[in-house]
Amino acid sequence: MKIFKKDKTKKITNERSLEIERERSNKSTSSSSSSNQKSKKLRIFRINAVQNPNDVPHFDEFQVPVKRWTTVLDALLDAKSYQDSSIGIRYSCRMASCGSCGMKINGIPRLACYTKISDLDTNTITCEPLPNFPYIRDLVTDFSQFFAHHRSVMPFIQNKKADIPDVNELSEYEQSPQDLDKFLQFSYCIKCGLCYSACPTVATDLKFPGPQALSQAYRYYADSRDSDKSNRLKVIDTSHGIWRCHFAGSCSNVCPKGVDPALGIQLLRSHLLGISNSEKKIAKLQDRSNNNSYREELEEEEEEEEK
Amino acid sequence: MTSATSAKRIDDNNKNDRTNREGLRGWLNPLTYGWERVSYWFQRLTGIFLLVYFIGHVYETSSLVSGPDAWAAMLELTQTVGGHLFLILVIGASTLHTVNGIRLIFTQSGQGLGKPGRPDYPYDPTSVNNKQRSGLWIAFILAAVAMLYGANVLFSGE
Ligand code: SF4
Ligand code: FES
Repeated sequence: MKIFKKDKTKKITNERSLEIERERSNKSTSSSSSSNQKSKKLRIFRINAVQNPNDVPHFDEFQVPVKRWTTVLDALLDAKSYQDSSIGIRYSCRMASCGSCGMKINGIPRLACYTKISDLDTNTITCEPLPNFPYIRDLVTDFSQFFAHHRSVMPFIQNKKADIPDVNELSEYEQSPQDLDKFLQFSYCIKCGLCYSACPTVATDLKFPGPQALSQAYRYYADSRDSDKSNRLKVIDTSHGIWRCHFAGSCSNVCPKGVDPALGIQLLRSHLLGISNSEKKIAKLQDRSNNNSYREELEEEEEEEEK
Repeated sequence: MTSATSAKRIDDNNKNDRTNREGLRGWLNPLTYGWERVSYWFQRLTGIFLLVYFIGHVYETSSLVSGPDAWAAMLELTQTVGGHLFLILVIGASTLHTVNGIRLIFTQSGQGLGKPGRPDYPYDPTSVNNKQRSGLWIAFILAAVAMLYGANVLFSGE
């Protein structure tokens, strides 16, 4: 069985190599028009910053076969599999869900697995590590500071007076669909760091939490189950905090999940400025002294409002 | 069959800049990220320009304390072609900075950006919409009109 598996792998590899060969020879015999092109040039940033602190960064170039649906990640893995196994890439899900494959592609931060080469419309694809993240190796960068900022905004629900009927049993934490919609889009963040690398304030201010952390601050602030509102605002209302955002909008333009961090930041700022009209609602939800009486009160109020 | 070709070195002096911070380069690129980044760029640039102008302006008016002749000599500087062009730039910069500044006051307090909702493919962000962008376009148009008017007044000598 083992031998059979081994043979099969080898066969696939050989077939793949033949396919590359075939495509390369096709390319060399075909006309030079870009629409018929079956291979593209991949320029990959190379550095071994951790193992060799004096390593000089440079670009390596690879010719890679490309089909209609080939993504940049596919092309990188092709180059890694068949040309240079030392290329450093980080990836996992290949479906824009894990946030590991962020890199600067043709000058813009994007997910390699979510970027089709055919959409780029260039014959050369340049891949660089995400700016504002320290280098580790090649396209792999260090996310420690990014995650530290994420942790600093307390990305978890805090509610000491939680409306849980029996704490010893598992129970639902009720929330209306309307309340869910207030923060749902911000909870789609996959922590890919694209917004952080596109932000011009992050580029010059190490202490600025960045669009990802600030939009997460809003995500928990807007959650009706959370009661630690004032503390949340205190954490970001500092000289290097939310006021450093100047709405350059680049974070929202590069976000692959529609999180729209710029929206979250401006909404959070509107709460800090006291001009948001949802403060009243939040004050109501904070006041959960007694589950049943609270519910009754709420129902009474709703009835009155209906009348 | 598949040999990698090593290409040119990026920057030999940039040996161990492990931080990979964009720094001021991050500010100086207005074209890659859409209109809001253009707005950011112009707002910064006009802000710095107007600050420099303001300092110069204070210096200029302070010449009054040295008597009317010193003041007249200082005014002469603005009566040259270069002086006129500089003043036209000041008019454009102050109009753009003011009108776009009003737009930013609204957007930065959450107005005109749309509401959060359920994101759907292709995930178009609501905050970078044409409604608030139109404030920037109006700022450009007003700045151009103000500059043309200023040029007309300055160069026709009215
Ligand atoms: S907000 Fe968007 S771009 Fe930023 S880390 Fe989350 S998913 Fe990535
Ligand atoms: S590999 Fe998971 S997001 Fe690209």
